Amino acid sequence: MKERLQALKEEAVSKIEEASNVKEIQDIRVAYLGKKGPITEILRGMGKLPAEERPKMGQLGNEIRAIISDKLDEKMEQLEKAAVAEKLKKETIDVTMPGRPVQKGNHHPLTRVVEEIEDLFIGMGFSIAEGPEVETDYYNFEALNLPKNHPARDMQDSFYITEDILLRTHTSPMQARTMEKHEGKGPVKIIVPGRVYRRDTDDATHSHQFTQIEGLMVGENVRMSDLKGVLQTFAKEMFGQEREIRLRPSFFPFTEPSVEMDISCFNCGGEGCSVCKGTGWIEILGGGMVHPHVLEMSGFDSKKYTGFAFGMGPERIAMLKYGIEDIRNFYTNDVRFLKQFNRVNQ
Amino acid sequence: MLVSMRWLEQYVDLGNHTAEQLADLITKSGIEVETVESLNKGVKGVVVGHVVSCEQHPNADKLNLCKVDIGEEEPVQIICGAPNVAEGQKVAVAKVGAVLPGNFKIKKAKLRGEASNGMICSLQELGIESKLVQKEFADGIFVFPNDVEVGTDALEYLNLNDKVLELGLTPNRADCMNMLGVAYEVAAILKKEVNLPSPSVEHSDESAADYVSVSIENKEDNPYYGATIIKGVEVKASPLWLVNRLVSSGIRPINNIVDITNYVLLEYGQPLHAFDYDRLGSKEIVVRRAGDGEKIETLDDTERTLSSDHLVITNGKKPVAVAGVMGGADSEVYDGTQTILLEAAYFNGFVVRQASKDLNLRSDSSARFEKGIDRNRVHLAAKRAASLIVELAGGEVLEGPVEAGERTVEEKSVSVSVKRINRVLGTDISENTVAEIFDRLRFEYNNDNGTFSVLVPARRPDITIEEDLIEEVGRLYGYDNLPATFPYGEGTPGGLTDYQNKRRLVRRYMEGAGLYQVTTYSLTSPKKNAFFGEIGYNDITLSMPMSEERAVLRTSLVPHLLDVIEHNHNRQLDDVAIYETAKVFLTKQEKVSELPKEEEHISAAFTGLWQEHSWQKEKKPVDFFVAKGVIEGLVEELGLSDRISFQKAEKQNMHPGRTANVLLDEEEIGFVGQLHPEAQSEYDINETYLFELNLERLLTTNTEPLEYKSLPRFPSVTRDIALVVDEGTEAQAVLNIIEQAGGKLLAETRIFDLYQGEHMEEGKKSLAFSLRYYNPEHTLTEEEVKKAHDRVVDQLKQEIGASLRG
Repeated sequence: MKERLQALKEEAVSKIEEASNVKEIQDIRVAYLGKKGPITEILRGMGKLPAEERPKMGQLGNEIRAIISDKLDEKMEQLEKAAVAEKLKKETIDVTMPGRPVQKGNHHPLTRVVEEIEDLFIGMGFSIAEGPEVETDYYNFEALNLPKNHPARDMQDSFYITEDILLRTHTSPMQARTMEKHEGKGPVKIIVPGRVYRRDTDDATHSHQFTQIEGLMVGENVRMSDLKGVLQTFAKEMFGQEREIRLRPSFFPFTEPSVEMDISCFNCGGEGCSVCKGTGWIEILGGGMVHPHVLEMSGFDSKKYTGFAFGMGPERIAMLKYGIEDIRNFYTNDVRFLKQFNRVNQ
Repeated sequence: MLVSMRWLEQYVDLGNHTAEQLADLITKSGIEVETVESLNKGVKGVVVGHVVSCEQHPNADKLNLCKVDIGEEEPVQIICGAPNVAEGQKVAVAKVGAVLPGNFKIKKAKLRGEASNGMICSLQELGIESKLVQKEFADGIFVFPNDVEVGTDALEYLNLNDKVLELGLTPNRADCMNMLGVAYEVAAILKKEVNLPSPSVEHSDESAADYVSVSIENKEDNPYYGATIIKGVEVKASPLWLVNRLVSSGIRPINNIVDITNYVLLEYGQPLHAFDYDRLGSKEIVVRRAGDGEKIETLDDTERTLSSDHLVITNGKKPVAVAGVMGGADSEVYDGTQTILLEAAYFNGFVVRQASKDLNLRSDSSARFEKGIDRNRVHLAAKRAASLIVELAGGEVLEGPVEAGERTVEEKSVSVSVKRINRVLGTDISENTVAEIFDRLRFEYNNDNGTFSVLVPARRPDITIEEDLIEEVGRLYGYDNLPATFPYGEGTPGGLTDYQNKRRLVRRYMEGAGLYQVTTYSLTSPKKNAFFGEIGYNDITLSMPMSEERAVLRTSLVPHLLDVIEHNHNRQLDDVAIYETAKVFLTKQEKVSELPKEEEHISAAFTGLWQEHSWQKEKKPVDFFVAKGVIEGLVEELGLSDRISFQKAEKQNMHPGRTANVLLDEEEIGFVGQLHPEAQSEYDINETYLFELNLERLLTTNTEPLEYKSLPRFPSVTRDIALVVDEGTEAQAVLNIIEQAGGKLLAETRIFDLYQGEHMEEGKKSLAFSLRYYNPEHTLTEEEVKKAHDRVVDQLKQEIGASLRG
């Protein structure tokens, strides 16, 4: 009897091992452990055994049942796992195929540069002022110390609509407009971004419409060294901390003294290259101390107040910063151009 | 202004500075040196040669066989094709092995069987611009004067080893439009002396006053006029040194008299004019305004019509020169001129500028008068020219000059204190340093306890106020030495205004929604402005447009966005979604006399595919609802969703069935729709959708404050209804009825289906809505929902005859 039980066990175990699906396992369970199964049948014949062997044989029978049952469970789990694995395998995708594109646009490069500059100056306590693009001759020229017949008006040939109304040639008219609003009381701290217009034939480096950012600070203690400090901060933030600046004397009718600011070339670091035309320096902006006539005309006492002003061209800055070779690109808006400005810069 | 280093050296000791170093110093102290040009364009191995013999080439009519002594043992044979080559000439010879501009190497050659060992050069071949070559050498080789030494460096004689600085002069620094001015500037920078020429003239006993009288009609126009008479001159070519000076300054040599006036113009900045006295036609000079329509033939053989805005020099009857601009052809100096009337005058810059502008005639002379010349140098310059004429053309200077007006003016005084200088610059410059800087500039001053009263020389008319002196001190002290500080005591909170903040938000929203920002021109054509037909505003037209395309200010952003779509379409870029925020310019005036209204708009254009995932074969083309959806998202962002509505509209150039006006609080603020297929084919682009909104209205309309609402505590109940309504019934009308009838309990209504076509009665359509009911007080009861929902259904039946779809 014992031998038969052992033989059954081995037979069952080997069948379990051979089983390849859940159904077979279920069949084996019924076949061996069911009420009509061989083990039950053998144990039923236990009555013929001597009494002292019966418990032993019963125990053996139960042990074998337990072994087969465990084996069945174990195999069952194996098969279930394999079935899941099989299913997942069938679901496999090629993860290198491209993802679903997210529809998105981005800033025009000029807006990008303008906002960057705005934020920089906001950080230094400046507000943003905006003014009309169609201006009076007074604000565009006269209030900026450019009376009629002034030779410097040659420098900026303008689009006139009438004798007294024109498209602004710079954002500087907002100097006068803002100061007038302040009614002779400082401080005034603004930057003025905006579109401006000049009679230029459009080509790779000229555009009849372009962008300018003007800056103005008027107060009781504003010094030229402050202009240098503010512009130095701007240049380093905008073009890199390792940039150096240099101020060169220049001339603008609305500032005195006037300067132009160069930064050390970010391409060659100052050694001379094609970007800086071999000089090691790149001209970035013009500025100076607000001319006393300009202060007075806008209602500020030039003995009490001093100020600085500066102006720069975002097109030029963007062209230098990104290596854009043709200013017309900003205005033709080829999407292959626009899309290049779709990410952070660092 | 072109400044030859060699010439400059005549006035200032330049020490060991190279042209480049000097350029850097000049740039840093105030005048931008734009270029440093080497006159030697890479030329090597060119020497002076002596043409020993010159015969015709045996095998070529137009070639000459020359034997040229170039200082070597034997003369060399050179074949020369120049028509003016001749025996006995001293010429520039590029030897075998020499290099000419463009890295052109001279090699031994054979021409029609004869050896040629070198090349006799023209000035052009040595790198001199054609426009600067004297007429006599323009079409052939250059011939030296006889006193040059054979075998020596020809470039040296031609001054081609010189370097030239090109100054980019700002309008205030007209004082540096002449060599003396540059000399003062450079001397101040280098802390050196200025060596000025000291011309002296011996007069003959004859008086110029016997030859001519001078009168000025208006002293404003012409404060001073001096006429010097020089008799017995010989007009001929100038010596090489003078030719070289002019060429290095970019002026073409003509003859000794004209060259001298040009030389003095360059040296002193004083424009001079030499008349042929005998051809003047009278013995008087009268300076007056021209009559309207009065004519003169100028030196360039062009007849000019003048007006009373122009100042002329006359012989008492007719104009002989346009003052300060150009002389007349009739009295021009020519080979046979014997007596000269040399004009040295001061003309008002505005008048000269006007004439120069009106006649479209800019000359070296007018450029200087316009910017202002040194009032106190006029007479000196005349003396300098007269002495040079006597030296180079012979003749004698008559006692004079004959003058009208004041020869000189008093110099003006401007004051500044050291304290003010330091306050404006933010520096700590000492009184001694300030004094030293004024000394370097050769300004006379009186220092009263730190307050300097500076006598400003007439050569510096740009210095009129305190700040001008501060600039002089600052720039020579050096802006490199200026500290970099931060403003103090002027704390201000910086930041964006609400409007600016919202505009940035709008841009970010638009880009997040999938549109690229563009920038287009404000100026457009009248045709494009009429794109939407009559809009109730007039064109604002430039008085002198550069082209029809850019003649008026735009009243809509749409046409230029379509240009962008077209540009991209022409480059096979057909899936484009773009937007712009910019101003439009509006006036009701016929003729603009007030500033127009400037209104900021936002406009967008969509064409092609809106979404595409190519390998998954999903393609969604743009349609009306894409454009509308972008607007709905935009107004949601601005908190204005409830106040915006869309109303079917017709608009020129827009699809009549697919265009809507956009209303804010019942007021029209823009439109959305499809470009009319005809306009589309006119542009030759694909199907395009557009919108344009008054951004300013959107950004200046305040929304309700953002308030938090508690999250729902009870479940809501959703009921769907499918309605059959007339085809023409607008969804919005149905929604309005539902929302009104649904009452407080109706929390949300959504359209989830639109059906037309099969199984639907002709002229009908089906709309399906999902209605969500919610009661914030308690869990909704079945009765509550039923009551509300029945009311909705009843109302729909009553008002628009809607029936429930089975």
